[in-house]
Amino acid sequence: MPEPESLSIPSVAAPPVGASSFTGRLGPWLAVLPIALITAVPVLVVLSALAHPDQTIWEHLWKHVLPELLVNTAWLVLGVGLGVTLLGVSLAWLTAVCDYPGRRFFAWALLLPLALPAYVTAFVWLGLFDFTGPVATWLRESFGILKPPPVRSRSGVILVMTLALYPYVYLTSRAAFLGQGRRLMEAAQSLGQSRWHAFLKVALPMARPGIVAGLLLAVMETLADFGTVSVFNYNTFTTAIYKAWFSLFSLPAASQLASMLIFFVFVVALLEYQTRASASYAASSRAAAAPSRIALKGWQAGLALAWSALVFGLAFVMPVWQILDWALNVFEQDFDARYLDFAWHSLLLAGLGALLVGTLALVLGYAQRLHPTSAMRVAARLSTLGYALPGAVLAVGIFIPVAWLDNQLIERLGLEGQVLGGTLAVMLLAYCARFLAVSFGPVDAGLGRISKSIDEAAQSLGVVGARRLWRVHLPMLRVPLLTAAALTFVDVMKELPITLMTRPFGWDTLAVRVFEMTSEGEWERAALPAAAIAIVGLLPVFMLIRHADHAHT
Amino acid sequence: MLILENVAQSYGAKPVLKDINFSLKAGQIGCLLGPSGCGKTTALRLIAGFEQLNSGAIYLDGEAVARPGACVPAEKRKVGLVFQDFALFPHLHVAANIGFGLSHLSGADRDNRVAEMLDLVGLTQEASAFPHQLSGGQQQRVALARALAPRPRLLLLDEPFSSLDVELREKLALEVRDILNQEGITALLVTHDQHEAFAMADRIGVMHHGVIQQWDTPYNLYHQPNSRFVADFIGQGVLMPARVLNSRQVEIELGVLEGRIPGECSQEGGCSRCDKGCMVDVLIRPDDILHDDTSPVLATVERKAFRGAEFLYTLRLAQGGRVQVLVPSHHNHAIGEAIGIRLDVDHVVAFRQ
Repeated sequence: MPEPESLSIPSVAAPPVGASSFTGRLGPWLAVLPIALITAVPVLVVLSALAHPDQTIWEHLWKHVLPELLVNTAWLVLGVGLGVTLLGVSLAWLTAVCDYPGRRFFAWALLLPLALPAYVTAFVWLGLFDFTGPVATWLRESFGILKPPPVRSRSGVILVMTLALYPYVYLTSRAAFLGQGRRLMEAAQSLGQSRWHAFLKVALPMARPGIVAGLLLAVMETLADFGTVSVFNYNTFTTAIYKAWFSLFSLPAASQLASMLIFFVFVVALLEYQTRASASYAASSRAAAAPSRIALKGWQAGLALAWSALVFGLAFVMPVWQILDWALNVFEQDFDARYLDFAWHSLLLAGLGALLVGTLALVLGYAQRLHPTSAMRVAARLSTLGYALPGAVLAVGIFIPVAWLDNQLIERLGLEGQVLGGTLAVMLLAYCARFLAVSFGPVDAGLGRISKSIDEAAQSLGVVGARRLWRVHLPMLRVPLLTAAALTFVDVMKELPITLMTRPFGWDTLAVRVFEMTSEGEWERAALPAAAIAIVGLLPVFMLIRHADHAHT
Repeated sequence: MLILENVAQSYGAKPVLKDINFSLKAGQIGCLLGPSGCGKTTALRLIAGFEQLNSGAIYLDGEAVARPGACVPAEKRKVGLVFQDFALFPHLHVAANIGFGLSHLSGADRDNRVAEMLDLVGLTQEASAFPHQLSGGQQQRVALARALAPRPRLLLLDEPFSSLDVELREKLALEVRDILNQEGITALLVTHDQHEAFAMADRIGVMHHGVIQQWDTPYNLYHQPNSRFVADFIGQGVLMPARVLNSRQVEIELGVLEGRIPGECSQEGGCSRCDKGCMVDVLIRPDDILHDDTSPVLATVERKAFRGAEFLYTLRLAQGGRVQVLVPSHHNHAIGEAIGIRLDVDHVVAFRQ
């Protein structure tokens, strides 16, 4: 039984022995502050645009741009929010609480769409319903319908993004349903409630924090999305930022738009943070046994099966099948030396990104472990804020200070051209800001599972400092670090706006290639790089599935 | 061997330890016993070197390892620790866990020492097992072996049995005691469980609110507690109001008790002023009262708890006082029944009211 006294020893008031020296106290900050700055600087740069509005730009934006962006964004968030909740919760409930033929398969298969970037699903749909695409052709030839349903529309974007993002809600609400275990349902039943009633009155309200958390993640992804909306030519803030920068060459307009988007995102991020803080009652004890399932029979089972199969088919099977089909079609004529370059660039960026971000996450987590002060927690939270920042916003926020630095260097030192701008270093910096949270999550959780007494045990046996990290913590963190690296690897590979906006000139990756081909409507040729991304993307999803299985069986 | 001198510790304005003084001789096993939040864990962590000392001093083998502003870091103290959660390294097998603190030895010496420790705790068969493959008791013994392997000057045990099954605790406590005695280890144990303390320790310090109330042998703690807190915390019993007749006699509802009157009364000099007629509370343990069917003194059974070999009866006396008594379990009386009892007190423990 843990004693309160041993828990409440305030490390703030009493720094651990050995940390009292000057370097001891300063060391962690020297490591953590630069990491926090990587995220803080772009945010502050973008926010400062909000503080110094440019009159003429604002007037132009208000008249010609903002109304459309606001309406489009509102519809998108509303539509996708509703869509992912409907799909995510219903499927989570079916696979977590009910039993029907195929449930075991769908339980993990329904996570697979996470491996597909939304922009890939998007161009597949567009390609399918294109006038020359298979669906349109089939409709025309079989039914004489000349005009296929207009996919390139608001409802089209919403549908595609819903199919791409529902796994977030599915994942979190399924975990919530499973985590409740059987006891509370049994308690409700013992108090005279029917199973359905018990579900509605106990399980669903208890799962609400989980559902909301997934929903808010999906909404954040929606706001941050650049690839899907640009494939659909659906104007939102991210596409407007891109256009302001690359078509109008107006960095001020881009940063004004970015500052507005960041405002919306922070509202959602704040909500997400609050639900996470209050979600504790949904996470029940580890002892919670798997709930005894509601066995669906007859037409109910058929309906459940059909619904799961429909979503899985539309969100995963169809896009993957179509991409592979197209990719094979064009492989002969399209695959050449350039592709090796694209792939090499993607792998290099993703590899370096994973290594760098993983290392920073470890430094951040470890510093926090050795010095669990509130200042350190704030620094860590600041560093991981970037996950909420849309790539387009981050690109602007990183580009402005880098361009300023470049100018200083050119003026002061007489250097020529761009020094930092358009280098891999700047891209990697932006990736760090964007994906540090992705890495920090598993590393921090992994460190959290290592009890403090393990550290003290090593210390009392004379093993401290780097030797302790090497002999005790690193081996114990192997799985979390691998998870962190894999997640970051795939995220960097899929990433579009940062890569597009900060890459060295002519430095194309697989994702950039997809973007360029889809901008020209060359669906078949976009499929080849997309297939490569999707295959790599499956890797962490399988890890996630394995992890979820471990956690719940 | 181990000396704590006027050790005091506070976090902010909150004092956690006040004026702690005690010492252990080489080979002795000491114990800090007290309820949660009494400061015993803080004392342990100060001795281990995980906390900075505010005031006082801690000596190990005559060396001052902790003084305010001058602490030997934990890794240099040569103090072994057995943690409440054992804190075994999950990625290392048993032998590697035990050898973890032996990196200063050469390969062969290390292997020898590990083999020796495995033998000592009887886990030679499990040398290449991983911690999660072991039972709780086995993990505990690995933790002990790991802490003892580098030949520490002192072994600290933090609630070492609390994560084990109750049945296992006492057995293991005796086992650990045997191992420590066999190796001549000086050890300090921290626990809230008096059975553990009694099974392990030569000297026990009962702690309350950051103060050691009494540092004594287990026997003396039970039979001659020096404060109400110790009397209440250790063992069972009740405090009954009594009138002091003279320096050797007090009168309670059940009769007159004779003997030296130690405890608070003598120590604080409180009773010397009201030698006669002064009201005190007398500690009556269950073993101070005998069940005797022939006794004229009757008491009503109010509650009973079956303990296998015996019953613990709570009895109500004629004038409303309550006592507890242990009775062999073949004397099975019903609640409400009146049974005869007799006093059998060979020393008096009294506290001022």
